[in-house]
Amino acid sequence: MTLFTTVLSGDMPRSRALAAALILVLAALALAPFLFPGTRSLNVAAKVLVFILLVASYDLLLGYTGIVSFAHTMFFGIGGYGIGIAASKLAPTWASLVLGAVVALACSAVLALAIGLLSLRVRAIFFAMITLAVASFFQILASQLSHFTGGEDGLDFKLPAVLLPGTKLMEATPFGVELNGRILSYYIVFAGTLCLFLLLLRIVNAPFGRVLLSIRENEFRSEAIGYRTVAYRTTANCIAALVATAAGILYALWLRYTGPETTLSFSIMIDILLMVVIGGMGTMYGAVLGATIFVVAQNYLQDLMKVASAATAGVPLLPNLLHPDRWLLWLGVLFVVCVYYFPYGIVGRLRLGRDTPRRQR
Amino acid sequence: MPEPMLVLAGVNTRIGQYHILQGVDLEVPKNGLTMLLGRNGAGKTTCLRTVIGLWRASSGSIRYDGREVAHLGTPERARLGIAYVPENMGIFAGLTVRENLVLAARERALDPQRLDWIFALFPALKTFLHGYAGNLSGGQKQMLAIARAIVEPRRLLLIDEPSKGLAPAIVANLIKAFTELKRTDTTILVVEQNFHFARALGDTVAVMDSGRIAHAGTMAALAADEALQTRLLGLSLESHQ
Amino acid sequence: MTRARIDWIPLALVVAVAAGGLPLVASAPTWLTLTVAGLAMGMMIFVMASGLTLVFGLMDVMNFAHGAFISVGAYAAASVLVAMTGSMQAASVAANLAAIVPAVLAAIALAGLLGWFFERVVIRPVYGDHLKQILVTMGGLIVCEQLIHVIWGPDIIPLPRPATFTGAILLGDAAIERYRLLAVAVGLAVFAAMWLLLNRTKFGLLIRAGVENTEMVESLGYRIRRLFVGVFVAGSALAGLGGVMWAMYQESVNAQMGMQVMVVIFIVIIIGGLGSVGGCFVGALLVGLVANYAGYVAPKLALGSNILLMVLVLLWRPRGLYPVGRA
Repeated sequence: MTLFTTVLSGDMPRSRALAAALILVLAALALAPFLFPGTRSLNVAAKVLVFILLVASYDLLLGYTGIVSFAHTMFFGIGGYGIGIAASKLAPTWASLVLGAVVALACSAVLALAIGLLSLRVRAIFFAMITLAVASFFQILASQLSHFTGGEDGLDFKLPAVLLPGTKLMEATPFGVELNGRILSYYIVFAGTLCLFLLLLRIVNAPFGRVLLSIRENEFRSEAIGYRTVAYRTTANCIAALVATAAGILYALWLRYTGPETTLSFSIMIDILLMVVIGGMGTMYGAVLGATIFVVAQNYLQDLMKVASAATAGVPLLPNLLHPDRWLLWLGVLFVVCVYYFPYGIVGRLRLGRDTPRRQR
Repeated sequence: MPEPMLVLAGVNTRIGQYHILQGVDLEVPKNGLTMLLGRNGAGKTTCLRTVIGLWRASSGSIRYDGREVAHLGTPERARLGIAYVPENMGIFAGLTVRENLVLAARERALDPQRLDWIFALFPALKTFLHGYAGNLSGGQKQMLAIARAIVEPRRLLLIDEPSKGLAPAIVANLIKAFTELKRTDTTILVVEQNFHFARALGDTVAVMDSGRIAHAGTMAALAADEALQTRLLGLSLESHQ
Repeated sequence: MTRARIDWIPLALVVAVAAGGLPLVASAPTWLTLTVAGLAMGMMIFVMASGLTLVFGLMDVMNFAHGAFISVGAYAAASVLVAMTGSMQAASVAANLAAIVPAVLAAIALAGLLGWFFERVVIRPVYGDHLKQILVTMGGLIVCEQLIHVIWGPDIIPLPRPATFTGAILLGDAAIERYRLLAVAVGLAVFAAMWLLLNRTKFGLLIRAGVENTEMVESLGYRIRRLFVGVFVAGSALAGLGGVMWAMYQESVNAQMGMQVMVVIFIVIIIGGLGSVGGCFVGALLVGLVANYAGYVAPKLALGSNILLMVLVLLWRPRGLYPVGRA
């Protein structure tokens, strides 16, 4: 068991149900190309991976540092556009991809630093509003600088040949699945997500993470003890931004496309919020469960709702409530209920059957 | 002896994880001026805030004019005739002096006779009646804060460190005003650190230490006993002019 | 708002911006058209935003679901107006008003009702916890937007302006839209009414005092919770009115309209100073004017112009044009 403890940085699931769920998700994602062949299901799996990372980085901000930021999608977009612009404006080679990624990460770091230093001294509400304005500005920039960014339509681009679906890597076809560039891309996304997630686990379980939690719980006291809270929160902001950028990079590599709708839109920000709260704030594992449930539901639950909606056709209002486009309504209700009654979300419920502050869990 | 105006019995107040009032037993006699003394952090301000209800007592009883008020909210207690003047005076800087007074008078219109009496006590308020309260000097703000508490007759005045940060001449003015106030049908409970001020005005005195009442008695008795003063307050009343 | 009596600089700024627009636009008639357009936009934003800033100043609650009140108001009015298209299309002011007045009343009533529900059920449990407030009100916004879809359907509902307020009047070479003049008039009326309420009534006195120091107001014997509900409902009702005005300006209603305008509203109340109605008024006018001038002079800049304006204002006065002190 010590290997597990080291890998998970001591942050054990502490619940049979949770451990089982996590193992299930890990297995499903690791073997997705073989278990769920087909473009749609593989797309869903890749999206789950990307959002696990994105939501986990947001959990660092919201759940551990106690900061509500609406600019997270901006960093996601920077990663995507970094790859997109490099691949389409320069050349679809590994060198330009690396350049794009590095530039994107650097931009994110600088922006996160600026936002942190300028705004983290102010009240939470002011900060939230400012991030909303900044994200909105960035969205406008992305759509207006269309020569550079492809505007509203975004950028379609090629990648190095080995990552393209057409490239066959081996003659063998284990389990009837062709090993092509697409599978390779998938495993790059998988490996990237896994490594960065484990890194986040390490960060939140290190002394740094503990200081963050103490700041979150009692900022005044932490300052009195001697921690410079602004420095800690800015660092957390930067780390979260960098991981979000990495998620954007991975997503762009998978989709071979980047655009305002897929990365910068406010609805994605809302989705992240929903996932992190429903999954469980301040748990990291909440991101895994939240993202999995959300993305899978987004793609498959709607089919179920369509059936239910048709079945209740005669009743007033009910078909509208069950209409597949209204799935966000139910998630929104679940979200609000979680904020009031289950602040540690699904993970919290699974762990102890009741919600206790993190220190006592 | 008539029943005390205010009786605290076994009052405990907790703020977050801090247990500030640890079983306060205090009696404030009717129509006198009681001084509440004590070192910094002893719990004097918390005591006043608990009486007016801004902080809830976690246990104990608070009897005001014979009735139990510990379960009532702040507005209800204020409407029973308790006026509170906080340490920071709580005047509304963006409102005029007159508007501050109007607000304090609640449903009643400002009584001209009463206003004249207040202006006699605090002439500056008449001069600046239509000016912004925020533009008043420190001493004038204190006068406004007290004027608000007496703009309508109140049965109990809770005043927190009225002489704090004020020049000696202004403090002398305040002493005159309070002496005048004592002549009315009002019970006054004052928290103070300025012992000269306390000794000049106090009829009875209670000394707090670590969230409890360490001593209660007449001001005259305390003023005469230097050893007691040193024990309770760390120095003698006489030496602190 | 009391600071407005002693601090004229921000108001002068509005005049300065308007004056500065003239050489930029280079044509007097166009300038006139743009200025009226800017003032009209500003007035509508003011009506939508004033409730939010007052609620924040008094209750220390930032209601991210404010956009829902705007949308709901617009939809309520749309329902009434769709039923009365004949009256709207008639060429007489009286007939138009016969449709508009009930529509506006419906908007105010429904938005106010939603506000009352929100204050009691959604926000009261999380007073004092800003983090939860932000999350819960965002959730509320999502749910409201979805419920609008459920009740009114997902399609955009067109909302033509009343017949007597379509088109433009000509002042020399300048074409000035009638509807915009109406918006300016309504905005000024709302501002005047709020000013009178805040400065000439006991209720307003309580609000002004409460914005500074709620504890002291309670200590003086006032049940400030009741004041909170009243102000919250009034703020929501105003948002509903603003929603109607905005919807008729855009000549359509859609479920996202509240959310779409929230960024601008946040910018306006930050510029004005959180909690200041006068600041909100000045901020809204500035944003409206700048957006319209920029839209003509440098269209690519226009969308981001209000954010740049916000940055400039904050560099000058970091707490907004009229900071409201909290004791």
